[in-house]
Amino acid sequence: MTANGRNAPKPAFGKRAHGLWLAPFLPYDGPMMDNASPFMEALALIMRLDPVFLGIVALSLRVTLTAVCLTALIGLPLGALLAVSRFPGRSVAIVAINALMGLPPVVVGLTFFLLLSRSGPLGGFGLLFSPSAMIIAQASLVLPIVIALTRQTIEDLWANYREYLQSIGMGPKQAIMTLLWDARFSLATALLAGFGRATAEVGAVLIVGGNIAGVTRMMTTAIALETSKGDLALALGLGIILVGITLMVNALAFGMSRIGVRHAG
Amino acid sequence: MIHPMSFEVKTGRRLVVLGPNGAGKSLLLRLCHGLLQPVAGQVHRNDHHPAGRRAHAMVFQMPVMLRRSVFDNVTHALATVGVPSAQLRSRAVEALNRFGLTGFSERPARLLSGGEQQRLAIARAWALRPDLLFLDEPTAALDPSATRLIEAMLGDLHAEGVTLMMSTHDLGQARRLADDVVFLASGSLVEASEAKQFFNDPQTQQARAFIAGDLVW
Repeated sequence: MTANGRNAPKPAFGKRAHGLWLAPFLPYDGPMMDNASPFMEALALIMRLDPVFLGIVALSLRVTLTAVCLTALIGLPLGALLAVSRFPGRSVAIVAINALMGLPPVVVGLTFFLLLSRSGPLGGFGLLFSPSAMIIAQASLVLPIVIALTRQTIEDLWANYREYLQSIGMGPKQAIMTLLWDARFSLATALLAGFGRATAEVGAVLIVGGNIAGVTRMMTTAIALETSKGDLALALGLGIILVGITLMVNALAFGMSRIGVRHAG
Repeated sequence: MIHPMSFEVKTGRRLVVLGPNGAGKSLLLRLCHGLLQPVAGQVHRNDHHPAGRRAHAMVFQMPVMLRRSVFDNVTHALATVGVPSAQLRSRAVEALNRFGLTGFSERPARLLSGGEQQRLAIARAWALRPDLLFLDEPTAALDPSATRLIEAMLGDLHAEGVTLMMSTHDLGQARRLADDVVFLASGSLVEASEAKQFFNDPQTQQARAFIAGDLVW
């Protein structure tokens, strides 16, 4: 007997044999609509611009874009500095940055949870379970990626430019500005890679955000929650948007590289 | 590595640093220009110039083109040496006109041919109004017609009073361009004299062998 009082239909042999992957496309007695495909309901959610749905998407984009902007402000100059500077321990710094690229998101989430919780050193700021905490966590995850990609890009360009820039008397600060500007199309691709990473992230934002409805519920955390509840329509709808964003980001990255070649050679 | 040596770059003359591959020609130019510092000894040069000029500039064997337009490559160099913003455009236009690059002004510099890039490199260096121009085998990667064009440009620069210090392993080019010759082999200064004397009456066995086309180690 189901929650609405009707006998649950016995699954046919084909459904049982194929398992859960067919479920979104088959009729089911779910909480949203009777006998409606979750996929069709997901499309309906998107088409009618459901406010809850839109709110989740908007929050996700706001958090991720802010995190990437912060990362750009810190990571691009740091990566460039690492590329052109020579100092003791530089190799260790490079290895550490590269290793941090593979940091497990849940570990980042746990770290900031401990820092931002009331008993933590930064608890006084009251940031835990807020979009700000999620921005910090995402920025921390993306920062090593941006620094590492920036360092590699700028180092290659610096190898090409170094003698010339030194021969016209350019100092280190001006050189970094020149390198960052000339590598802008490649660096934009690096930022898009960071954006893609942040968009797809679940663990860290779930821990520091708490997945609170209307406050800290993002696309990835909402998909995890709704799937576990069995509300596949909302999960699917958000998944469609997420895949769409990923495709768009990759298309943008491709476009950037083409524009770069056309404008800068 | 190069061994201790002493010679003078005379104002208004064309000094060609001649020698086989690996003789230390490029290293010497970089030391003289200040890109490298000697571990011993001194390089005396006049580095004092008002803002907007460089005492010396360098053109590399493989021209370094920034990832920007031809025009912006020149304005970037001018801005770096402190040319006021109001003069950037006019001086860049003047340099591009001087070296026949006006038609390429908006083109990405990296999309120019090798000869055009080297012309741009020379135009960019000339725009800085250097008294002394270093050129590290500027035509090594160019075809004969591009080489002739570059040599003609260098002749014009010399006529304007720019001192040139150029490295090459091309004997014919050295004969055509040099007022003075510094001949290097294995990092050592083997002979330094006026070009006429060097080619007509070389004083050392190594110089004689090099001019004759024999391998010099």
